[in-house]
Amino acid sequence: MIVDLPSSTTSAVNRKLVELRETGGVLALGRVLTLVVVTDDGADIESAIAAANSASREHPCRVIVLARGQRRAAARLDAQIRVGGDAGASEVIVLRGYGPLAADEPGAGMVAPLLLPDAPVVAWWPGEAPAVPSGDAIGRLAQRRITDALSAKNPIRAFEQRRAHHVAGDTDLTWTRLTHWRALLAAALDHPPYEAVTSAVVAGEAVSPSTDLLAGWLSNRLGVKVKRSPSSSGAGMSSVRLNRPSGPIELIRPDGRTGTLRQPGQPDRLIALSRRGVPDCLAEELRRLDPDEIYGAALTGVADIARGRTPVKVEV
Amino acid sequence: MGSGVNAGVTRASASTGASERDWTNPLRDPRDKRLPRIAGPCGLVIFGVTGDLSRKKLMPAIYDLANRGLLPPGFALTGFARREWGQEDFGQVVYEAVKQYARTPFRQEVWDRLAEGFRFVQGSFDDDDAFDRLEQTVADLDRIRGTSGNHAFYLSIPPSAFPVVCKQLARSGLSAQDVEQWRRVVIEKPFGHDLQSARELNEIVDEVFPEDSVFRIDHYLGKETVQNILALRFANQLFEPIWNSHYVDHVQITMAEDIGLGGRAGYYDGIGAARDVIQNHLLQLLAFTAMEEPTSFSSDELRAEKIKVLNATRLVGPLDETTARGQYTGGWQGGELVRGLKEEEGFDPNSHTETFAAITCEVNSRRWAGVPFYLRTGKRLGRRVTEIAVVFKRAPHLPFDATMTEELGQNAFVIRVQPDEGVTMRFGSKVPGSQMEVRDVTMDFGYGTAFTEASPEAYERLILDVLLGEPSLFPVNEEVERSWEILDPVIEHWAAQEKGPDPYPAGSWGPESAQQMLARTGRAWRRP
Repeated sequence: MIVDLPSSTTSAVNRKLVELRETGGVLALGRVLTLVVVTDDGADIESAIAAANSASREHPCRVIVLARGQRRAAARLDAQIRVGGDAGASEVIVLRGYGPLAADEPGAGMVAPLLLPDAPVVAWWPGEAPAVPSGDAIGRLAQRRITDALSAKNPIRAFEQRRAHHVAGDTDLTWTRLTHWRALLAAALDHPPYEAVTSAVVAGEAVSPSTDLLAGWLSNRLGVKVKRSPSSSGAGMSSVRLNRPSGPIELIRPDGRTGTLRQPGQPDRLIALSRRGVPDCLAEELRRLDPDEIYGAALTGVADIARGRTPVKVEV
Repeated sequence: MGSGVNAGVTRASASTGASERDWTNPLRDPRDKRLPRIAGPCGLVIFGVTGDLSRKKLMPAIYDLANRGLLPPGFALTGFARREWGQEDFGQVVYEAVKQYARTPFRQEVWDRLAEGFRFVQGSFDDDDAFDRLEQTVADLDRIRGTSGNHAFYLSIPPSAFPVVCKQLARSGLSAQDVEQWRRVVIEKPFGHDLQSARELNEIVDEVFPEDSVFRIDHYLGKETVQNILALRFANQLFEPIWNSHYVDHVQITMAEDIGLGGRAGYYDGIGAARDVIQNHLLQLLAFTAMEEPTSFSSDELRAEKIKVLNATRLVGPLDETTARGQYTGGWQGGELVRGLKEEEGFDPNSHTETFAAITCEVNSRRWAGVPFYLRTGKRLGRRVTEIAVVFKRAPHLPFDATMTEELGQNAFVIRVQPDEGVTMRFGSKVPGSQMEVRDVTMDFGYGTAFTEASPEAYERLILDVLLGEPSLFPVNEEVERSWEILDPVIEHWAAQEKGPDPYPAGSWGPESAQQMLARTGRAWRRP
């Protein structure tokens, strides 16, 4: 069900929510967090809401979409409430602020009265994020701030900002996209021969913050020289090589779909390793509401990586 | 009980060479909660792969695990059955099972990688040649897929076939393990039909596999809601202070099914509800509900506490009054005309097999002294439900007139294990109005409706734990034998009676004798 409340206020929205709960049965009870989605008003809103709805199946939440409309307009708040089939396992409140209400502080002022009592608040910028998320008006309301450098107009610059302004509680989806890679690499080191890694090479697209971040993680965890090289082919991350005295462990993904794990003296092993979609990443992000120290450490590790120029050939 | 369990059991993985003990994986960190534990290189061999369990539960679970990225690269699945299938037929069967029953969306690239590791070996259990071919297949997998000699054998077969399969596994060398490679065996209930047979069964399996390589599946323990009992009790301050005989009046553990036994006569006749459900599922639920807090969530500590509470558990007598058994009769159930047990195909019209069983236990510890635990299970009951209801004593003093609290019952805390997983609390609340009147209301936590859509199915969790060598969710030998010790007197008592089980109409909540059993002490069963 979708209820439109044009030219409204947050107290009217709150009243309507209570009314919907009384007439329509249980809503908003048992929600575990409030997810605030901050975006510009436009076509992208729906895909962000869809991602939030699919994540809400795992983490029932109230989704507040703060859509910033025209700044050169009269002050107006158009609200919309979606519940039931139109909102997955969540309830969605879309707040479209115009004129002065499209600015940061008034935006946060509209969100605050709608936050669930006592439940954690997560802010998510599906597109362009503020340079300092923790200093942003919405970011200050939230325990966890999720950004996505890859969806920014300039991913490299956005990633640099993340590194420069990281505080506990920030994460970026470039990190989430690496989880499968990291899990496979960690699992490979769980088994014999138990040897220390002497150096590592990480290759990927020239513009790929995830590749930089994986190199940073390895550098931070292993404390050895890690080289970040461009790759001859493939999108995003394409290969990792961990050198050990008995021979390297290699994880290669030339086509963006299938990974090959190669270890000395063992047959090549194939594994599905597709790039992950935003809903999948968001669900993983919401699984933990405490700061991700490992991510913070990986960001600092980026400073220590060596840059290679020669493209690494990626083939199976 | 997520990471805590895993942290405690790294030692359980197969090879325990000196170098492994000294090795700390630099890429792992307890704070890195995103990293899942992926099983090491390994393969799974399923015996009885043509069965229902295999198609409906095991194959979909394996696909779902692969889809979640929790299986190792190069994972292999080998089917063993008598059916005259080629490799492609087997692949096709798995494909259809996955399409129909998997919980995660179908992804071609995941399927392609998984399907490369499928093998099928045709043969019967007494066929030496077939097991030699299986041994060959497994060795080939080590070479081609890199399963590194780590294999689990899932015996989805009747217990009568265990001796011959175990013997074959030993003869062909398939069960041989060393520090470099592990071999594990997974067995399903029934673990015998009384203490004697359980011991014999354990001996047969233990001859071939050491106890720490034997994984007994009780799929209830793989359910999120059952694991959540520990979280509810031990992660909160709210419940544990009242979780004892000072406040608890009694506990009811129910597992009800609305289906009958059509088509399962071969297995069920002569077994009955008590052996089928109480011995394993319900006594395990009792153990989770009544156990003391383990010092840690490592599998050893957890099992120690479970064994302790099972050792303290006794039947309450006299059994004539504290137990009840029943057999469903035909009639209209939920708009459908159903047959009674005695008319079901394959059942002896004079069958004494019970389809409803209820017993009374007590836990002899300071915490629980005097609190009866009522366990009941049955087929063709009102609806399909499993729950644990902790019913509290009435408040010692009510500063109200009797008329004000007429409609106030006992407070209750109900853990709904399935379906509609969650927790319900029942307590009294004032009825709005100018008069003081207190009536029961419920507060509901819908764990199931909201959380579980993306949470793993019980078999997923359990299969992964087998591959990881993580034993805490599997009952050990001692628990199985102790459970039989608790239950055996009831079964013997019933067997000695001339009179068979009491009839109860299909769709009801059991025979009159079950109601009597509680009414004797002024209590009544909850309607779940």
